[in-house]
Amino acid sequence: MQFFFEVLIGGLLSGVLYALVALGFVLIFKASGVFNFAQGAMVFFAALTFVGFLEVLPGWTGLEEGGRAVFWLAFVLSLGAMVLLAIATERVVLRPLVNQPPITLFMATIGLTFLVEGIAQGIWGANVRGLDLGIQDEPIEYMMENFNILISSFDVFAATVAAILVAALALFFQYTRIGRALRAVADDHQAALSIGIPLRHIWVIVWAVAGFVALVAGMIWGARNGVQFALTFTALKALPVLILGGFTSVPGAIVGGLIIGASEKLAEVYVGPFVGGGIESWFPYILALGFLLIRPEGLFGERHIDRV
Amino acid sequence: MLYREAGQFKASYEADQQIFPILQDRVGVLLLIGFFALAVPLFADQYWLKAILIPVLIFSLAAIGLNILTGYAGQLSLGSAAFMAVGAFGAYNFMLRIDGMPFLVAILLGGLCAAAVGVLFGLPSLRIKGFYLAVATLAAQFFIVWALVKIEWFSNYSSSGVITAQEIEILGFAFDGPVSKYLLTLFVVVVMALLAKNMVRSTTGRMWMAVRDMDVAAEVIGIRLMRTKLTAFAVSSFYCGVAGALYAYTYIGTVEPEGFNLDLSFKILFMIIIGGVGSIMGSFLGAAFIVLLPIALDVTVPVLLGDLVSASFVSNLQLIVFGGLIVFFLIVEPHGLARLWQIGKEKLRLWPFPH
Repeated sequence: MQFFFEVLIGGLLSGVLYALVALGFVLIFKASGVFNFAQGAMVFFAALTFVGFLEVLPGWTGLEEGGRAVFWLAFVLSLGAMVLLAIATERVVLRPLVNQPPITLFMATIGLTFLVEGIAQGIWGANVRGLDLGIQDEPIEYMMENFNILISSFDVFAATVAAILVAALALFFQYTRIGRALRAVADDHQAALSIGIPLRHIWVIVWAVAGFVALVAGMIWGARNGVQFALTFTALKALPVLILGGFTSVPGAIVGGLIIGASEKLAEVYVGPFVGGGIESWFPYILALGFLLIRPEGLFGERHIDRV
Repeated sequence: MLYREAGQFKASYEADQQIFPILQDRVGVLLLIGFFALAVPLFADQYWLKAILIPVLIFSLAAIGLNILTGYAGQLSLGSAAFMAVGAFGAYNFMLRIDGMPFLVAILLGGLCAAAVGVLFGLPSLRIKGFYLAVATLAAQFFIVWALVKIEWFSNYSSSGVITAQEIEILGFAFDGPVSKYLLTLFVVVVMALLAKNMVRSTTGRMWMAVRDMDVAAEVIGIRLMRTKLTAFAVSSFYCGVAGALYAYTYIGTVEPEGFNLDLSFKILFMIIIGGVGSIMGSFLGAAFIVLLPIALDVTVPVLLGDLVSASFVSNLQLIVFGGLIVFFLIVEPHGLARLWQIGKEKLRLWPFPH
């Protein structure tokens, strides 16, 4: 039973990371109706930029390597890079494609994926890099002694960060002027335009916020598995999370992420050995597919009514 | 002046129902086929045949398959490479396990296997649509590749699922050189492309387009959604499957399931975006473009920039150019290269008297 709980908790915690990536998708889909396939590439770009700045900044500024100052400066600069990326995306991709069918925009974001991956590796190189956030990746002793369950303190830290992020986003959406504008745009583009909400600014802001989420996800993920190209593949796991949770629901992304993370680990451990292992690669998709057959709009998605 | 319909009267039903109703189109297509079937084998060298012409033809077939599903029936799919894999492994097993299996029958049977799997993974399309469906087709992509690796029967118990295609022999003639393989590929692709061209203007094709444009409206005018969507999945997967079988037999020779990964699916998707969504000819143009672009970059970049850049930079540049071109095409010409040809034809109609 302890083993079951360990697997379950490990799965839930990796689910938190899927949820973080899925969150970026949801934000952009809600505000601009764009299914942003490039979210995975943005995570990669953000993580690579952050690590890259960590490496070059001590040389540029003379700050102590690995110190607090370098860390925060790199964080701010990476955030700036994500904002720049958001502005460039709005200018180059979204603005010329206004009023195109959603499938065209989706394909454009696939093109953007390649562009972002190419630029990221062109600037920072394609080497696998380690990232040390200064958090121990060791089992928590308290849990070991009292419940005999292995939980890494790093995982707990990641989950806490995710929780804080979601709470902060919820507050931002609920109580700030920009947040209200974002929700208005998500509800109805035309109505939002007619009451004077500048759609383009909103798009930049929402892409920048998604970039911020990508940066956080990329840092946590990069610290766990190293900053490498494989980040973009792992980000694909966010897609079943999305269809499970619904494209337009922030809580859906979180709950979906937890379900996918837990179930894929449990399936790998308990079902995998019978069919030869490696089922993690497709299990989430099949699970989400089976789920869609029952609820086509996802767990928390808006019910869609077709009219001729 | 050179290209116009004026004066071409259709006096019989046959004339009215031809695949290419305009004389110039017919002549043009015949000339093209004649050029590629007769002139190219005479002059092209091994490299061109093996590394460029054969893959362009095979990917064109796969792109036609995806175009039928996405361009005509409006169901976005990200799993076309997996259906190619089913076709390749299907044809391999038919050749392996049945003595004296004719090659052409084997690749068609491989295509039918792919069609059956396609229908299975097309079933969710009855309940879900749009992006939800696109993500659902990823399930096919990952599951099929996994199954082909893990179930060793498919690859005749070879390690990690690698198969080596058998020799091709038709009626006692061995297709072992690049020229004969090229001609065989060309034959299959031309026949299937003409069939596709014919199919998309038939009742089936028009039902697909009605469903694409609005499925509820299509249902209201009496089109059976389930049948239409599933035939689209079946035909599309059949084309992809045959393309996959050709990929294994006339192009690569030795294939592994991992070769049919998500990247290949995306490549095929790009072919139809750049070539033209909903156009058979666009599939050919797109495939040629996507196959030729990396080769062109490999050749030109070192020449232009000399020793300034490293090989890894060139591969990153490829990614950037690739992504940039896709965005560029979507902005400038959302209907792809096929639309440019359309515009060219309109111009030709008036030329040389534009008023």
